[in-house]
Amino acid sequence: MRVTSHPRAEAGDFAFTAENQTRAKTLIDRYPAGRQASAVIALLDLAQRQSGGWLPKEAIEYVAEMLDMAPIRVHEVSTFYTMFNLRPVGKHLIQVCRTTPCWLRGAADLTRACQDKLGVGLHENTDDGLFTVVEVECLGACANAPMVQINDQYYEDLTPERMAEIIDDLKAGRDVPIGPQTGRQCSAPPDGPKTLTDVPARAGNGADKA
Amino acid sequence: MMLHDRDRVFTNLYGVHDWRRAGAQQRGVWDGTKGLLELGRDEIVQMIKDSELRGRGGAGFPAGLKWSFMPKQSDGRPSYLVVNADESEPGSCKDREILRNDPHRLLEGCLVAGFAMGANTCYIYVRGEYFLEAERLQHAVDEAYDAKLIGKNACGSGWDYDIHVHRGAGAYICGEETALLESLEGKKGQPRLKPPFPAAVGLYGCPTTVTNVETIAVAPEILRRGVSWWTGLGRPKNTGTKIFSISGHVQQPCNVEEEMGIPLKQLIETHAGGVRGGWDNLQAIIPGGSSVPCLPNTICNDILMDFDSLREAKSGLGTAAVIVIDKSADIVEAIANLSHFYMHESCGQCTPCREGTGWMWRVMTRMVKGQASISEIDDLLDVTYQVEGHTICALGDAAAWPIQGLIRHFRPEMERRILAYRRDAQAAE
Repeated sequence: MRVTSHPRAEAGDFAFTAENQTRAKTLIDRYPAGRQASAVIALLDLAQRQSGGWLPKEAIEYVAEMLDMAPIRVHEVSTFYTMFNLRPVGKHLIQVCRTTPCWLRGAADLTRACQDKLGVGLHENTDDGLFTVVEVECLGACANAPMVQINDQYYEDLTPERMAEIIDDLKAGRDVPIGPQTGRQCSAPPDGPKTLTDVPARAGNGADKA
Repeated sequence: MMLHDRDRVFTNLYGVHDWRRAGAQQRGVWDGTKGLLELGRDEIVQMIKDSELRGRGGAGFPAGLKWSFMPKQSDGRPSYLVVNADESEPGSCKDREILRNDPHRLLEGCLVAGFAMGANTCYIYVRGEYFLEAERLQHAVDEAYDAKLIGKNACGSGWDYDIHVHRGAGAYICGEETALLESLEGKKGQPRLKPPFPAAVGLYGCPTTVTNVETIAVAPEILRRGVSWWTGLGRPKNTGTKIFSISGHVQQPCNVEEEMGIPLKQLIETHAGGVRGGWDNLQAIIPGGSSVPCLPNTICNDILMDFDSLREAKSGLGTAAVIVIDKSADIVEAIANLSHFYMHESCGQCTPCREGTGWMWRVMTRMVKGQASISEIDDLLDVTYQVEGHTICALGDAAAWPIQGLIRHFRPEMERRILAYRRDAQAAE
């Protein structure tokens, strides 16, 4: 069970930007009339993005008001789900998957590489505000272990050395390719697919673009 | 025996080809969907029943039977189809490939299955961490609306069908169907007591079926190619194809779609390049995701990978997530790691699970070092039985089984450690 015993941090007033107001309305409209509470996770996510990666108390209560929910219900949601950060985090939130499939392939070495490189403990922010390192439970990319999630994206098939390079690149503001770091095709065998070789190939492969 | 590519459903499993509508249609998705719907509700459900398709989310419940629980006549309440894309079972990473590389196959399945249940609305609950996957899925949904494949008069069938993508925010427990519904309603994801079952009282109090991504995505292909094609693969009651996620100590970890019932050894040697250091270097395998008990190498030699075969071996197929552990690994620590997972993911609602998962993890961390007495192995086993079956949902069971599997097959190793620790401690004195 997640323990969030630290007090909620505050950051002054909060209101959605005009753009996010429009987005919020689209999200709420996905649910039947009177069931707007269903959009609470989506709106908290939006608020977290607008606040720079964490949820101040004011943002939580703003979302509660927008959805006509009791504030305590939204506080409950924000403390229950692990993706909501209730304290400020670095610009790059490095989440190392620690669960058995990644652990068997060296997840602990990745965590150590991050900490050694950045000189911080878990859940601590670097002084420049760029990084936070945390351990998380299974991220569901086990055939590409070990892996980390940094903000929205997955970085897979990592080594401690590659992890350190990624941190250097992020620090320098350089782009880092997402997905497998070995040039591997998604979760095909690393040496290349042994099946699905009989399926007609097609130009315009969209696998590398969202 | 190796499945032919022509019998594979997920022909873009590795994302080599275009995942968008044009590419998907070239691979046969959305082909004659209107004709499938013209079979009618009853015929679709009957065909899925006859195909003996079992749910791919872990429990292996017969899919056709589950679909048939939905009311034939509405009492005024709408019916819902909810797709469980909250893939979080350690070892399991198959639904991700469907979501990002073949989203239209899932959407077509949503329409066909939803229609067969009398639902006009479908929510796909994607785990929050799958950001790219949810984006692609949303793009595919938009494409499907534009092409009138879904929406009003979907595929020209006269049936109106809406599909919405709903993102979670990090909680393993939301893969439990009633916790998922709570979460979808905007609450903490804490499971509901059953009965009532979701088919009677589900989302917003309305009849609902919650189904795994892979189960839904294969359904149109079964209807298109025929029941006998599907039942011709695998064994009775364990039919068809299955995506296996192979992780851990293999040369070539991967996802692969294979025939249900493939021997475990063949699966690993043919598709995953074999165990690191050779088959003789194998220590244990968790054959169906973290929740199922591990199997020692002796059982792995000739076991078949399907629901009934693995159940006979006191394990389970689960999500077919094969976690391979070689002799270099600390098997006790591997299971202790899972105990940490369950402690972290317990929703806190039921006392045996909330307290038990923490208790089991603390004892397991001592077992890793051998800092325990021999009798504590039995105490630990006893506690797993006190948790198992005494909670609202199956997370308590899932936390208990890996430890039961460890004690069943690796008790001598646990005892060896305890004696070694004691010897070292005495020597230090």
